[in-house]
Amino acid sequence: MLFGYEWDTSAGPLVFAWSILPILLTGVLVTIQAAVLGFGIALVLGLVLAVLKAAPSRLISWPAHGVAEFVRDTPLLIQLFFLYYVLPEYGLLLPAFMTGALALGIQYSAYMAEVYRGGIEAVARGQREAARALNLSSARTFTHVVLPQAIPRIIPALGNYLVSIMKDVPILSVVTVMELLNVAKIIGDRTFNYIVPLSLVGLIYLIMTLIAAGGVRYLDKTLPKKGIALK
Amino acid sequence: MTEPIIKFDKVVKRFGSHTVLDHLDFEVNPGEMVTIIGPSGSGKSTVLRILMTLEQIQDGVVTVEGEPLWHERKNGDLVPASEKHLRKMREKLGMVFQQFNLFPHMTVLRNLTEAPRQVLGLSKKDATERAEELLERVGLSDQASKFPHQLSGGQQQRVGIARALAMRPKIMLFDEPTSALDPELVGEVLKVIRQLANEHELTMLLVTHEMQFARQVSDRVCFFDKGRIEEQGPPEELFTDPKRERTREFLKAVLDPDA
Ligand SMILES: Nc1ncnc2c1ncn2[C@@H]1O[C@H](COP(=O)(O)OP(=O)(O)O)[C@@H](O)[C@H]1O
Ligand SMILES: [Mg+2]
Repeated sequence: MLFGYEWDTSAGPLVFAWSILPILLTGVLVTIQAAVLGFGIALVLGLVLAVLKAAPSRLISWPAHGVAEFVRDTPLLIQLFFLYYVLPEYGLLLPAFMTGALALGIQYSAYMAEVYRGGIEAVARGQREAARALNLSSARTFTHVVLPQAIPRIIPALGNYLVSIMKDVPILSVVTVMELLNVAKIIGDRTFNYIVPLSLVGLIYLIMTLIAAGGVRYLDKTLPKKGIALK
Repeated sequence: MTEPIIKFDKVVKRFGSHTVLDHLDFEVNPGEMVTIIGPSGSGKSTVLRILMTLEQIQDGVVTVEGEPLWHERKNGDLVPASEKHLRKMREKLGMVFQQFNLFPHMTVLRNLTEAPRQVLGLSKKDATERAEELLERVGLSDQASKFPHQLSGGQQQRVGIARALAMRPKIMLFDEPTSALDPELVGEVLKVIRQLANEHELTMLLVTHEMQFARQVSDRVCFFDKGRIEEQGPPEELFTDPKRERTREFLKAVLDPDA
C-alpha cells in the first residue's frame, strides 16, 4: 500500500499495472509540478542572466558569464546536493520539492540565457536604431521593442527545454522527492516486481513528451501565421 | 545672415582604419531642403546617421541649432556628450529609414503613439489625436489598426514618415526612403515628401537616387564622392551645368545608364 492505494499482484501483470496506475499518477502530478516550477524559475533567471551577460559594464557581465559557465559545466546532481545539504547549514531550509525545482531552474537558466541571447540578437539592428531615433529609453526599447520580437522566435526552443526539464525530474528522487520514477521504484521495492511499474513510467513519459512536442510544433506553426514570429 | 541649423566642422568618421568622412565641412540652413546624391559607399548615410546619433564621430564638431551634438560644453571645454545631452539633442531630429524599420508587433497607430507617449509624455488621447492627424496627412487614415506587414511598402514608408513627424522634429532625415520600394510605389512616398518640402517649416536632408525628384524639390543638391562634397549648388545648376568632371560622370551614369 502506498498513499492509501492498494495494489493487486495476484492476477497477472495487466491487473497489477491497472491497480498501481492511481499511485503512479500522483507521481506524475509531482513530476509535472516540478518541471513547470523549474521551468518558470529558469524563464525568469535565464532572462536576468542574459541581460546581465550583455551588460555594457564588465563588472557585471563577467561575473554573469562566470556563473552561467559554472552552472552549465557542473552536473545537475552536484547543484542539487549543494542546495539540499549546504543551504540548510546557512539556515535556509527549503522543502525537498522546492529545492529540487530550484536546482532545475538554476541549471536550465544557464541554457535559457543562451536562447534568449540568440533571440535578442536576431532582432534586426534597424529596430534598435528606429527606437533610438525616436528617443525611446534603452529600458523601454528592450522591453517593448526587442523582447516582444525575440520571444516568439524562441518559444519553440524554450518548449524543447520544458521537455528536457521533465526528463531531468527523476534526479530529484535522490533528495526524496516523490516524483514518478521514485514512486515506481518504491512500488518495485515493495512488490519485488520492477518490470511493470518501470515500463509504465517509460510509457507515461513517452505520452507526456509526445504531448509536449506536439504543443511545441503547434506553436511553431501558428505563431508565424499570427504575424508574431517574424520572417 | 542666418545661423546654419546643421553644421559639420572638419568632421572625421572612421570605421576601424577606414576613413569614411575626412574633415567634412557641411552646412544646412533652417528650412532648407538639401538633397545628397552620390555613388554607393560615398558616406551619404553616414552623414545622416551621425546626425541621428546612430554613429559616433572621431574628430571635429557637429552642431545642431548652434549646440554641439556629440559634445557638451563644460567649463569652456568640449567634452564627449552624455546620454542625457544626446537625448535632448535627438528631440530636434527625426529619421526615415530605407528599410522603414517600423515596429512589426505594433499596430500602425501604436507605432505612431509609442514614442510621443513614452518620451514626450503625451496622454493616450493626445497622442492618438496627433497620430490620426498625421495618418490623414499621409493618406492612411483607414489603416490605423493594421499591422505593418498588412500594408504595401509604400504605405509602410508613409507610416515611417508619420512616425518620425509625430515627435515634431525640426529636422527630418530621409535615407533613401524609396530605394526599397517597387517602382510603382515610389510616387506615393515622394508625394508626401514633396508636401513636407512645400510647407517650408522643416529642415530636410534627403539622400536619394531619384534625380528627377531631387531636381524639382531641393533648394540645394550636394554631390558626395569618397566622403567629400565634390560639388554642390542649386539643382538647376548642378544638373544642367556641373562644374566637376566626377559630377558629370556620375550624372551621366545615373541619368542615362544605357548611353
Ligand atoms: N558599420 C560599419 N562598419 C564598417 N564600415 C561601414 C559601416 N557603415 C558604413 N561603412 C562604410 O562606410 C562607407 C560609407 O558608407 P555609407 O555612408 O553607408 O555610404 P552610402 O550611404 O553613401 O552608400 C562605406 O565604405 C561603408 O562600407
Ligand atoms: Mg546609404
